[in-house]
Amino acid sequence: MASITIRDVTKSYAKMQVVHGVSLDFASGEFVVILGPSGCGKSTLLRMIAGLEDISGGTIAIDGTVVNKLEPRERGCAMVFQNYALYPHMSVSQNIGYSLKVSGVPAAERTQRIQAVARTLELEHLLDRKPMALSGGQRQRVAMGRAMIREPKVFLFDEPLSNLDAKLRVQMRSEIRKLHRRLAATSVFVTHDQVEAMTLADRLVVMNGGRVEQVGTPAEVYSRPASRFVATFVGAPAMNILEGTVTLDGLSLLGDSRKLNVSRTGLPVGSKVAAGIRPESVRLVAAGTPGALEATVDLVEELGAGRVVYVDLDGAPFSVVTSETVHPVPGSTVGLQFSEADLHFFSSETGSRLDVFKASVPEPAL
Amino acid sequence: MVERTPFLNFFTHVILFVGFVFCIAPFVIVAIAASHNLKDVNDVPMSLLPGSDFWVNIKTAWATADLGPKLLNSFIMATGVAAGKVIISALTAFSIVYFRYPGRTFIFWLIFVTLMLPLEVRIVPTYAVVANVLEPYQTIMDLTGLSWLIEKVSGVHVALNLGMLNSYPGLILPLIATATGTFLYRQFFLTVPDELTEAARMDGAGPLRFFIDILLPLSRNNMAALGTIMFLWAWNQYLWPLLITTDQSHATAVTELKQLIPNVGGAPEWHIAMAGTLIIMLPPLVVVVLMQRWFVRGLIATEK
Amino acid sequence: MEKRVTFSRWTIGILFAVPQLLLIFTFFYWPAGQAVYWSLTLQQPWGGGNIWVGLDNFRSILSNADYWNSISASLIFAGISTGLAMFIALVLAALTDRQLAGSRLYRVVLIWPYGIAAPALALAFRFILAPEAGFMAVVNQVWPGFWDPGLDGADAMASIIVAFSWKYVGYNFIFFLAAFQAIPRSLIEAAAMDGSGVIRRFWDIQFPLITPTIFFLLVINITESFQDSFGIVDIMTSGGPANATNLMVYKIYSDGFKGLDYSGAAAQSIILMMLIIVLTIFQFRFIERRVHYR
Repeated sequence: MASITIRDVTKSYAKMQVVHGVSLDFASGEFVVILGPSGCGKSTLLRMIAGLEDISGGTIAIDGTVVNKLEPRERGCAMVFQNYALYPHMSVSQNIGYSLKVSGVPAAERTQRIQAVARTLELEHLLDRKPMALSGGQRQRVAMGRAMIREPKVFLFDEPLSNLDAKLRVQMRSEIRKLHRRLAATSVFVTHDQVEAMTLADRLVVMNGGRVEQVGTPAEVYSRPASRFVATFVGAPAMNILEGTVTLDGLSLLGDSRKLNVSRTGLPVGSKVAAGIRPESVRLVAAGTPGALEATVDLVEELGAGRVVYVDLDGAPFSVVTSETVHPVPGSTVGLQFSEADLHFFSSETGSRLDVFKASVPEPAL
Repeated sequence: MVERTPFLNFFTHVILFVGFVFCIAPFVIVAIAASHNLKDVNDVPMSLLPGSDFWVNIKTAWATADLGPKLLNSFIMATGVAAGKVIISALTAFSIVYFRYPGRTFIFWLIFVTLMLPLEVRIVPTYAVVANVLEPYQTIMDLTGLSWLIEKVSGVHVALNLGMLNSYPGLILPLIATATGTFLYRQFFLTVPDELTEAARMDGAGPLRFFIDILLPLSRNNMAALGTIMFLWAWNQYLWPLLITTDQSHATAVTELKQLIPNVGGAPEWHIAMAGTLIIMLPPLVVVVLMQRWFVRGLIATEK
Repeated sequence: MEKRVTFSRWTIGILFAVPQLLLIFTFFYWPAGQAVYWSLTLQQPWGGGNIWVGLDNFRSILSNADYWNSISASLIFAGISTGLAMFIALVLAALTDRQLAGSRLYRVVLIWPYGIAAPALALAFRFILAPEAGFMAVVNQVWPGFWDPGLDGADAMASIIVAFSWKYVGYNFIFFLAAFQAIPRSLIEAAAMDGSGVIRRFWDIQFPLITPTIFFLLVINITESFQDSFGIVDIMTSGGPANATNLMVYKIYSDGFKGLDYSGAAAQSIILMMLIIVLTIFQFRFIERRVHYR
């Protein structure tokens, strides 16, 4: 059990800087997921915590001790790799017990601890097999066992589920979650899969371009995205964005012809802003309903429980998630309705969230 | 990794540097010796500062060993072997991978076995064959009574004779008669997705079209690698050219090295010998340096 | 492994294999068969064909002390030069794989020697190791008579071993380095996370994973030491002094082409072929393992 403190950490290779001054605090026993697109620096950050990459600037402390200069083995972290990195020439039990062997734990105690871990992970019948003879899910478990046996202060996961098929991924996800509840060790989990991130995380860190975009619980990140990037990256289908301009009486969206008036701004007239609305916050109504926006249906995706309707709103793509029993036909015209309270606003310049727009009083539906 | 291992790093640098020196030293010594005169090259210890006779020695070595035509011969042989290998191996591999015919497994093994026995261990009879390439066929016809039959019927006495001693085909063909390249292509063809063959067939391509339009262009990398390796291998051949080129006009550069060894009792003309060595080792070295990527790739792939 | 999709016109298929089959029949199988035939017969001195002598040629070779001397010289040469070339290459490759500054340079330069023709490097080493000029002459000045490959069999053997090993360090280096680099980086990192240091990782992870390459190179080096040694011996020692470096292939060549004893040379070829076949079969048993780790 350990807290992790990251202060102004940077990482640069010869000419490229891949991590720009990241500062984060992970509480003891927390399950943190770092989410971001590939190349956002999330794996690099994880590997710096592990000690597999040098830290170019700033400090990382585990339990108050700065570990910048410590070797991987001295940091008390265990890691589960994306491709599992099992030693192909060792049996499952040798794989799991290798760290104990290195640190000189006597054979008898080693066997006992391997047995215990194997029991937890239901690997007992596989202990003598070589990794080659295991299925993907079994390898995944061995990799977990290898990390668990050391009873580390910190668990690090580097996209460990990305090589599994969809069904197994869901199953392993809940197993990891259960294990964490039992072991209660601080865990840092890196992924590019937002569903994985939402379901696993106590706290979510969203990264982009080597910077932290937002830190918060999954619910917070979903409901109050801190930037336009987070808004569009988290949630599927992605949030709809409408470009707008601040006017005298509020805000104009969709150009002058289809003025959509939103009250209460507070920004200088003429500023450019982006308004976002989640597809699941939009209601589909009959064309011609007063106050509704009119759009043409492009495509309907059937999901079983509901459907995603892609429409064309004045030339801009826009999506709606609906569970109602309306069956719009491609090419037909439909009406869109949403509440002003569900709009998120972001500065067009910086992409950051603008809270001045957030109406405190629910406005009537448009 | 963040590990700090200053002692081990120091040790690593020292050992690698020593290895580097040992690797490069013979080249340097040969080059320096080639620049000395007769007296300096025999000095003990020989000066490691280059002398001034480099070009003179190169010219003398060139003339002594008649290197112009010999290098040309080497080049013809090496190119011939490389080209022959690249083409014939591709054809054969295509046959054993993409067709199912009776006896295919047998043919596969026939070719495979040739990997086991290098030319060096069967030189004596190979030499006899090259003296008359058609001898095997003559013998078969004699033994089966075919030549007797032909003589009875047509009155022509069959005496097949085609000598290849002192000829380019005699130099080249026996060096091509191994399976090395065939297996390189075979491994590669096996990795070409079946869907590609199916798509080609849907598009109406027959085996020949598929081979020329799809398989060969895909094999470009393998061809470059195999060609490089075979060129070097053939250039560096010694025993075979030595045997079959009794006539100087077809001798290769590498076999000329022997002419450069200073005679016992004669003047120890090491400067000339080293100048000649330098000329002869330079072409393969240039190929290795320029084609390093293909060279390494070819080496590893041909041995699998 | 077999293709699922093939072409049905198999007559065309066979045509593709014909050039290769003609070549290997003419220049491989016929000579190999001829070697067997010659080894079992004796050529009449006055012409008139060969007479069948059974295993007599083998008996006479195997009872010849010169032949046994050639075998033991070949084995000593194979053993020491293989050991030397492989050990040095392994160390250099393992250290180059650590990717410290300059490792690129080593990667390029260390393979140069393998590009050089054996006789060419033999001539270079003949000069470098010459007792009267070159570099061993310096040692001879300090200890007169210490080094003379022209007179001392052990010195001659040492000379050809040095020349051969120099070339094959480069060859082995390529394969060892490729083997080290084929080990996924994450395995090394996992071992580091498991608390294993550089040296321990080498013995626990890297070395076991390259053992297939070691077996493979062992066989190749020994086989090559039988063949590629010819040029080195011919240029450096001509088999001397007193047959000390009369290796098997060199003896076949000198008995067959200088002594014109085709039958004896053929019998020796057969024995050498057997030896190489046994080694190759040994190697294939380990190829299984090699595939297994991938």
